Amino acid sequence: MNKTVIGVKKLSKQYRIGRRESYKTLRDVIANTFSAPFQKNKPLPQNYIWALKNVSFEVKRGEVVGIIGKNGAGKSTLLKILSRITEPTGGSVRISGRVASLLEVGTGFHSELTGRENIYLNGAILGMEKSEINRKFDEIVNFAEIEKFLDTPVKHYSSGMYMRLAFAVAAHLEPEILLVDEVLAVGDIEFQKKCLGRMGEVASQGRTVLFVSHNMNAISTLVNRCIYLKKGAIAAIGNKDKVISKYLEETFKEKEKLIYRDKPSTDVPKITRVQLKTSEPNNYHVNSKPLEIEVDFTLPKKIRKTCITLLIRDKRGIACLDFSYFDTGFVCSGAGVYTLKCTFPKFRLYMGKYHVNVYFTEPPGGDFFQLIEHICPFEVTMHGKSRGDWEWQPFTTTYIEDYSWQIEKK
Amino acid sequence: MDNTPTIIQPSKGWIALNLRELWDYRELLYFLVWRNVKVRYKQAALGILWVILQPLLTMVVFSIVFGQLAKLPSDGIPYPIFTFTALLPWQLFAYAVNESGNSLVANQQLITKVYFPRLIIPISAVLTGLIDFSVSFFVLLALMFYYRIFPTLALFTLPLFILLAIATAFAVGLWLSALNVRYRDVRYVIPFFTQFWLFVTPVAYSASLIPERWRVLYGLNPMTGVVEGFRWALLGRGRDLELLLFISVFVVIVLLLGGIFYFRRMEKTFADVV
Repeated sequence: MNKTVIGVKKLSKQYRIGRRESYKTLRDVIANTFSAPFQKNKPLPQNYIWALKNVSFEVKRGEVVGIIGKNGAGKSTLLKILSRITEPTGGSVRISGRVASLLEVGTGFHSELTGRENIYLNGAILGMEKSEINRKFDEIVNFAEIEKFLDTPVKHYSSGMYMRLAFAVAAHLEPEILLVDEVLAVGDIEFQKKCLGRMGEVASQGRTVLFVSHNMNAISTLVNRCIYLKKGAIAAIGNKDKVISKYLEETFKEKEKLIYRDKPSTDVPKITRVQLKTSEPNNYHVNSKPLEIEVDFTLPKKIRKTCITLLIRDKRGIACLDFSYFDTGFVCSGAGVYTLKCTFPKFRLYMGKYHVNVYFTEPPGGDFFQLIEHICPFEVTMHGKSRGDWEWQPFTTTYIEDYSWQIEKK
Repeated sequence: MDNTPTIIQPSKGWIALNLRELWDYRELLYFLVWRNVKVRYKQAALGILWVILQPLLTMVVFSIVFGQLAKLPSDGIPYPIFTFTALLPWQLFAYAVNESGNSLVANQQLITKVYFPRLIIPISAVLTGLIDFSVSFFVLLALMFYYRIFPTLALFTLPLFILLAIATAFAVGLWLSALNVRYRDVRYVIPFFTQFWLFVTPVAYSASLIPERWRVLYGLNPMTGVVEGFRWALLGRGRDLELLLFISVFVVIVLLLGGIFYFRRMEKTFADVV
């Protein structure tokens, strides 16, 4: 089980940027050839960038390795080299075993062809043999849930059906090494769940998987080990929780956006700051750790009573949590500058992306001061909370309650 | 597949053709040809009828313009048959050059997402042309029957000339497809290029119109050998075929080797540039 199946040594890839704007035309070449003798010999400014520079790592059989990093860090380039789509500029890779790459689902689908025809075509493109496709055909159709539309051209499919079919074919690949690039970013929630489940299955069958994603939750549930790429080089590698934490720490340079700020006013009550104190930097929070929310506000003159309600919605806009200051018994009405602090000893919302909405009013019948929507985006993750046999899957619940089990044998 | 590890590293200089790998991907080749054929007939309202109409209509136009009005000699064969016999390999060639020339750009979605030997793409485009060819071949047989012309034993050499036509188209297609990735206006050059080529190939006229001293130069166009070979194999007419064929085969081999070399050299940058 400990055999190295992917050995990457000092891998580098250089791209030329600047002068080479997309592609040349013959006309340009001809025009340049004729005009060149009449121009001064000025060296063309050639800008090279290293998409990857001296990257070395090893992956053992059966490992599931996540690759994270910002856009342009070299993640996709790495997968493209490993799947032999593009050649490296330097270094080498040694791969033992059949490789399948899923850089995009539905590669080679033709809209004029029927579902049945596309299964065969796409299967062949992904490297399946015809006999293999024949054998798995029914399984693929079941997984995609498109029996009725099997002989309809895929141009008449809904985008959901199209994606399901595309993923179904890909999901039935049986390579020894699977390279996956962000394919889960598409489709509806049910479908994403299904895909993640299937990925988990593949991983549990002892196959080696390299998985690129921006989705920290998907990464932390699926992988054992993580590689953090930064500007073409490895910034961190190893234990997934440590690598993910490091990545989260370093991302989001614009911290300001994570904190809501506004200038105080001399005539109307106003909220001047809303800030989350999450367990991790940059508004990442690990489920069931303590969370604090601070709200600064100014009252230029006396009001009847300060009523502040915070409402947390998830990324689908569904209200998940509502808590208010007006039900605490403290009146707080005199002019002044205040900081309101709300503490959750255990913040139980399940993994996912959320944001905050704030209502600032007087009691019913009084003034309505402010409604601030969609501020302080934050993400709850489950990392560091591995649960063994079945890893956490997105959208299976909204929050996690404290509980305990008893069992008696009779 | 097998247990030998794959080594990925920058390639240098001459790159081997790697026929073994090409053979491993034969199923993909089959599916790509199958896709091209399916899509071609699905999108055309006239379907297979179009394949028959295209050479037939061209034949009619040529017969009227060159046969009736210009009264070009046709070596004693009824002009329609004379030109149709040439149109058959010509249209195979023109179709294959056009399709393979544009094939890499048309399949860029595949090239940037999956690995396979890139040669498969132009090969599949060229082979697709054979389907149309076989359909119009039956039209030719029917026409020959109508004009009471029956082929001789020379007919059995026809596959060789088909092969030569395919090889020529493939050689040209390789150059054009690889150039097309680099220089996008190649696609506008292709139709002009094939039209020009049509006039230096004895499709509408007989090669015997060319003065003796220009014959060798004329033979540098491998399609001359193909067209004259077709006439010889099907109608039993044609002169100086040996010399012509010798030159044609030689030119095709040079073009093909050069094309493969150029293609393989450019291949590694396809995914980055396309």
